[in-house]
Parts: sequence; structure tokens; C-alpha cells
Amino acid sequence: MKGQRTRWGLGMAGLLAWRNLAHDRSRFIVTLVGIIFAVVLIAMQIGLFLGFSDSTTNVIRHTRADFWIVAKGSQNFEVTLPINEREIYLARSVPGVAAAEPLLVQFGNWKRPGGGDESVLVVGTDLNTGLAGPWNIVAGRLEDLRRPDAVMIDLVFADKLGVHEVGTTVEILGRRARVVGFTRGIRSFTTSPWVFASYRTAQHLTGFPETDTNYVIGTLAPDADPAEVRAALVAALPRTDVYLSEQFAARTRDYWMFTTGAGASVLVSAVLGLLVGMVIVAQVLYATTVDHLPEFGTLRAMGAPRAFVYKVILGQAVLSATLGHLPGILLALAVAKASEAGAAVILIPWELAVGLYGVTLAMCVLASVVSIRKAMDIDPAMVFQR
Amino acid sequence: MPQTNAHPGSALETCGLSLVYGSGETAVTALDGVDFAVSAGEVLALMGPSGSGKTSLLMILGCLLRPSSGEVWVEGRAIANLPDRDLGRLRLQRMGFIFQSYNLFPALTAAENVQVALELKGRDLNDAAGLLERVGLGKRLHNFPRQLSGGEKQRVAIARALAGDPPILLADEPTAALDSTNGRAVVNLLCELAHEQGRAVVVVTHDPRVGDLADRVVRIEDGRLCS
Repeated sequence: MKGQRTRWGLGMAGLLAWRNLAHDRSRFIVTLVGIIFAVVLIAMQIGLFLGFSDSTTNVIRHTRADFWIVAKGSQNFEVTLPINEREIYLARSVPGVAAAEPLLVQFGNWKRPGGGDESVLVVGTDLNTGLAGPWNIVAGRLEDLRRPDAVMIDLVFADKLGVHEVGTTVEILGRRARVVGFTRGIRSFTTSPWVFASYRTAQHLTGFPETDTNYVIGTLAPDADPAEVRAALVAALPRTDVYLSEQFAARTRDYWMFTTGAGASVLVSAVLGLLVGMVIVAQVLYATTVDHLPEFGTLRAMGAPRAFVYKVILGQAVLSATLGHLPGILLALAVAKASEAGAAVILIPWELAVGLYGVTLAMCVLASVVSIRKAMDIDPAMVFQR
Repeated sequence: MPQTNAHPGSALETCGLSLVYGSGETAVTALDGVDFAVSAGEVLALMGPSGSGKTSLLMILGCLLRPSSGEVWVEGRAIANLPDRDLGRLRLQRMGFIFQSYNLFPALTAAENVQVALELKGRDLNDAAGLLERVGLGKRLHNFPRQLSGGEKQRVAIARALAGDPPILLADEPTAALDSTNGRAVVNLLCELAHEQGRAVVVVTHDPRVGDLADRVVRIEDGRLCS
């Protein structure tokens, strides 16, 4: 092709696509609003799904444990049956295990200083080995948890638990506890706030029998094969289930996200967002095409190949997708940023932001298929019959 | 064995052309045994009352409609059995169309309207300025159709039809929407394009001014040629 190229190398088809959209500003704004709405809706729903998914496993993922020993049939991290403390010693005796220690997770009743009760999840960990425990500590120190009755909570739940200052005294299951620090961003999928304590304090606060524990977590010796050690643990501890950390995280995540239906409902909302977005975009692109049918008829009458008409309509779809995705994803990122202060976080990683452009593009291109059919059905002779 | 045309030098020629819409008792004959030829450098005015078949004839000449029977030759090439894609290519490369309602792209400037045709024909987009200059719109390159008068719009349409230098121009009521002055200017321009550049120009019209200026007038009534 000789001469100048126009509009991002798409030639006159690209220019015509852009001008067809921009020519009717009101309609173009409606198109963009529709796409932005769809992008925000999808990003929010998937972001919520990722946020929920992340919160189901955040305590597991923030331990340094390589394996988890749990009561037989345990489905998730939060709700589990006790196992006997001797399983700790049995685990330590298995070749390839470097360390094994107990971890306690129990629901409890938190009495707010100003009155009222809240359900909490008390997590007790061995502070000496540091395999597990609170992270992102923004007030107080981990060492402060060694003090008797000391607990830490997350700032996300400060209002809910009625505690805003270090040193506040509260009651858990009728026993006195003192808040010695705060963490930031440790959310709970069950909406019951995490309360971190030393293992002994957690036993005391929840009245858990000293002969039992909830979990045995441990690390592998250097060069130990994880699958082999797991198999040896399964053989040595027949009254328990043994998982590698990622396996237990996946089991917990799958339970909360799919077995309970909580995640599925969010995913369904995301799919609905996609469908609603497609319908909006399809309608607007179709209306734009119908408005310009005489022009497509003129092109066909002039002898323009089908590919030129495809380029114009697909160009409109690509332009709409690109110009709608950018503000949509920026808006979604702003909402996600604002959600960081709340109990339900929306996670929009860059992969999602970029991937959503592909989804938006596919949505717009699919939506334009109806328009393409309409444009290709025109009888070019119509231009003489007006 | 394809039929050969009787006037080998003609730009457009038809023989025994007929067009029937529908079938059986409801069949309507739009064209009935039309024979005629148009030469390069000639302006032919197709005139007749509404519904006489002149626009149908123009659509067949422009490869936009297939006849029920008969043959059409474009520059000596029989087109009755050409596939749609080849007809489209023939229209694109050998013909220019001028419409009653101009059919410009309202979102494109005058120059861009011409550039669309240039790009489709694989020509240099910079030729648009020269073509618009040729029709007297050298200073209106960047105006949108809504900023142009009816006569100017029709001249943009003519410039677009001239893109790629086609030897055949087909015009459907090109002066119907124009006042007397603009109408005459457009007809004069079409005559110039035929006489000076050797193009065959077929104009469907009700306008007696076109008939006065055309080299030949062919009247059509009830699908048959009268003169």
C-alpha cells in the first residue's frame, strides 16, 4: 500500500472504526460506561474471590511448616478435632523430620470492653521455634506474647473487638487477657477475628486439655524428600492425616471456596458480570452498526472486500475494549486499594488486570459478531434504492 | 461457449437483457430484452418514468444485480457467470459510483472519504487532494459532509468515484437533490470527465438538463428501450 497509513497502522478501516464510534459521542460514552461497568463488575467479583481465597489460607501460608498433621477427616484449618500430644513425639521420631511442634486453633468468646460478645479464633503457637505466629506486627513485639495472658489482634478487627490501644484488658471465655500488640491485614474468611497467643496462653484461655493439641506442624531435614517423609509420617501416625503445607492450604481453600459454595457464588457473579457486559456491549455495537448500515452498503457497492468491513467492525470492538478497559481497571484498582482497610479484601494482581484486558477484548469481539453478520447481510444494491 | 459482444470497443454492452422479479402469476418483468452499448468518452442518459426499470438496469450494469437472462459485457468481458467476489473486484477496479444521496461517510472529512476509495483500490492516499482539486474542492479537504452544501457533497462523491481512475462512471440521479446551478455544474463536470478523459458515463435521471447535455439519451418504459 502506497501513501500514508492511518490510525495505528489499521489504515482507513481503523480510521473509519474510530470515527464511527467517536462521531456519536453520546452513544460512545454509553458504550464506554457499559464496558467500564462490566470490567469493574468482573474485576470486583474475581478480586473478591481471590481475596476470600487468600484469607482462607493466609495463616497456613505464613507458617514455616513443611507438613501438617491433623485429626483424621479434617476439612479445613479453622474447625478440627483434637489429636493426642504424643503425636508430636512420634512425628519427631520419623527420619527426615527436623522439627515438630503443636499448634492450637480454637473458637472462643471475646467479651468487648464496652460490652457485647464476639466469636474469635484463638491461635496458639510455640514462640521458641517461630514456625508459626503473627506477622505484619505494627504495634508491640512478638516477644511481648511471652507475657502471661498476652494476645495480639489485627487492626482490621479493632472496631469489631472494641480494642484500639495496646494494654487493653479483655475477657476470652471468661478468662482475662491483655492486648499487647496489633497486626495489619491478617483477615479471616470465617469473619471471626484471629487472636494470636503463645501456645500456653492459648491453652489457658480456651481451656484446652494439656494432653491434646489441634495440629502438629513441622519442618523437614535438609535434602529430605517431602513425599517420602510424608509417606513415613502416614505410616507412623495412623490415627491422623498428614499433608504437606501446600496440600493442606489447598484442602482448606477448596473447602471454604467450593464445598461451602461461598466461592462458587462469587464466581457465578463474575460470570454474570461478563454476560451482562457482553450484552451491553453487543447491543451498543449492534446499534452503532445498524446506524452505519448505509455506509457498509456503500462500501460493498463500491466493491470493498468483506475483510475491509470486518476490519471496521472489529476495529470498533477493539477500540471500545481498549478505551473501556483502562478506566475500568483503574476504578477497580482504586476500590481494591480502599478495601485494604476493610474485613473483605479485593485482590487484583497484575495478572488479573492484564488478563481482564484479554477478557474485555474477547467480550467486545464476540459481541461484534452479530454486528458483522448484520453488515454482511446487506444487499449492496440498497444504495440505489434509498 | 460464452456469447461474444457485438460492439467490441464498447465500455458497457448488454444483449437480450431481462429481469423478472418473483415467479408464476405474481412475476413482474422489470427489464425485457434490453440491448444497448456505451462507448468510452460517451455520456449516456437513461431516462424514463418511475418504475420503468432504469435503476434496475443501472444495478445490472454496475454488477450489483444479476439479470434473469441475457448477457452484459464490461470492457468486452462477459460477466453473467462471474462469481460475486470477481464482480466486486470488477466494480472496485473498473467502475465509479455516484449516488442520489451522495452516500458519503459522515464521520470522515472530504479528503478521508476519497482516501477510503483510494485505499480500497490500492492507490496512494495522497491522491485525494488532487482529485478534490479536480472537482473544485481543493479548499474543502478537511470539511466534514455536514459542513458542505449539497452540490459540494456531490462533487466529493464524484471525486471518490474517480479514485483509482476507473474507465466507467455510473450515476444514479446525481442532480435530484441539487438546485439548478449546482445540478448544471455537476452535469458539466460529468461531461468533462467523459469527453476529456475518455470515460464512459451512464446517468440515470429524470432531469431534462442532463438529457440536454448528454451525448445520447436512451428512454426506457415498462422495461423496454424506446429510443
